[in-house]
Amino acid sequence: MIETRGLRKSFRSRAGRETKTVEAVRGVDLDVPAGEIFGFLGPNGAGKTTTLRMLATLIEPDGGQATIAGADLLKDPGEVRRRIGYVAQGGSTWDESTGREELVLQARMYGIGKAEAHRRAARALEAFQLAEFADRKCKTYSGGQRRRVEIALGIIHEPKIVFLDEPTTGLDPQSRAHMWDEIRRLRADGMTVFITTHYLDEADALCDRIAIMDHGELVAEGTPTDLKREISGDVVQVGLDVTATGEAEKLLDGEEYVNRLELLDEGGLRLFVDEGATAIPRILRRIDAAGLDLKSIELHRPSLDDVFLTKTGRSLRES
Amino acid sequence: MKLARDTWLIFQRQLHLLLRNPVWVFVGVFQPVMYLLLFAPLLKPALGAPTQAEAYKIFVPGLLVLLAIFGGLFQGFGLIAELRAGVIERSRVTPVSRLALLLGRSLRDVVSLMTQAVIITLLALLFDLRVFIGDLLLAYLMLALIALMTSAVSYGVALKVKSEDALAPLMNTVAQPVLLLSGILLPLAFAPGWLQGVAKWNPFSWAVDGTRALFNGDIGNDRVWQGLTIIAILAAAGVYWAARQFARSVR
Ligand SMILES: Nc1ncnc2c1ncn2[C@@H]1O[C@H](COP(=O)(O)OP(=O)(O)O)[C@@H](O)[C@H]1O
Ligand SMILES: [Mg+2]
Repeated sequence: MIETRGLRKSFRSRAGRETKTVEAVRGVDLDVPAGEIFGFLGPNGAGKTTTLRMLATLIEPDGGQATIAGADLLKDPGEVRRRIGYVAQGGSTWDESTGREELVLQARMYGIGKAEAHRRAARALEAFQLAEFADRKCKTYSGGQRRRVEIALGIIHEPKIVFLDEPTTGLDPQSRAHMWDEIRRLRADGMTVFITTHYLDEADALCDRIAIMDHGELVAEGTPTDLKREISGDVVQVGLDVTATGEAEKLLDGEEYVNRLELLDEGGLRLFVDEGATAIPRILRRIDAAGLDLKSIELHRPSLDDVFLTKTGRSLRES
Repeated sequence: MKLARDTWLIFQRQLHLLLRNPVWVFVGVFQPVMYLLLFAPLLKPALGAPTQAEAYKIFVPGLLVLLAIFGGLFQGFGLIAELRAGVIERSRVTPVSRLALLLGRSLRDVVSLMTQAVIITLLALLFDLRVFIGDLLLAYLMLALIALMTSAVSYGVALKVKSEDALAPLMNTVAQPVLLLSGILLPLAFAPGWLQGVAKWNPFSWAVDGTRALFNGDIGNDRVWQGLTIIAILAAAGVYWAARQFARSVR
């Protein structure tokens, strides 16, 4: 559905006398199959928006190429525009317009006739549960309502692909959950959804596949499960008295299923293993046989943050 | 035709939003009326005009050109607000004509200017101004072209600078010499030779002369066709340039 090769973009910005070049996107290769929710995960400034703006024909790439829904981005941007929807990160509605007016205008800008534009607007307002505010000015909407109008604007012409740039940023938890449902509904309707996010849980829970972006480059790509499995394995945390910790370390350090071992200051051990489910019974048996007093045992699955940490050396939470 | 349809679409939207805000409608009418009522009476003695009607013949065309220039030049501010709200970017991902994004807006500005012009003309008629309808319509064409040009240029510059802070001083810097060197407020006939020489390079000075000739019933005056031609060419160039900004603007 989307295929890009070597997509690049740099910006020149002037700070006083100096001109600095920011390489916002440095060669992105992507293959997004149809019918998926594809997530672009990365910290602020990673180049997510710039990539999306290139794919949505808003800025010209410095290099590389892309095919989107069968249309060539560079040779036929007009056709790309007809086939995609794009919802910008910073909003796109006008304070003084009503939701319905915006939807009708948007449909008309896609060349849809007046009567049909009104029908589609009414249908979209219904589907996004906006009917009751349809004729109120956008400035009176809550953040979540306004975001829903914007998503509805992005898909009013029934595109094959919709790009959503940080659709849930700034929303409260409830609106966020609501938005996830809307996005899943788009997929159920057969649309390919391309979202960007800097939320780990969102990438994990919502996306079928993700690409992790950092400093303008993709550092990893795959399903959330595969990406997590690919790294470090699981972590088993064993809670023990400080006095028993040294003995337990001696017991477990040599075990062939333990890849690495760390001591905890408050007593106990952290064991890095491939497969937590099989390691835990063996760990328990050793500790039991030695007569040590076990206080707790916990299994930690690696998170996408661990993936990010492994690939970039930084935690996404900190950046 | 797609261009005409898209232009109409954008025009309707912009006009609708303008009319929704009664403050603007009020200011747009109130301001010129104040000029007419409070400033014009000073002119008869100042210009040494024989009658009030003669003074209006000189002042009203100047006032209308002034409104056309300023009405257009400051439209860019509204566009920057739209840019910030993301409305322009949202339009630019659709296949809507880029020229229509400009023309629809500029035509709205032309229409709102023409409304002001008609109100002022009607009021001036009450003060014994007399002008032939044919001459008047040509004068209105001149005004429409001026407003089209200045609003297009203002939109183009707004897309380039993207901030009110940069647009305001820029537009003021342009507007001031244009205003002083066009003989808008007082005819340049009073000016010393060197000033008249400089003013020849100001296209608006030609437009003002032409419009005054029309209000004077002097349709055969060379300044009429010269003014119209100069302004028409500049308007076309302004529209072309500004539409290109709509096609390529980044963020
Ligand atoms: N129009 C622009 N002019 C200059 N620099 C830009 C522009 N747009 C983005 N950048 C820079 O490019 C980098 C990537 O930005 P962006 O794509 O917005 O990242 P993200 O969406 O991942 O937060 C940032 O360093 C940003 O400052
Ligand atoms: Mg972004």
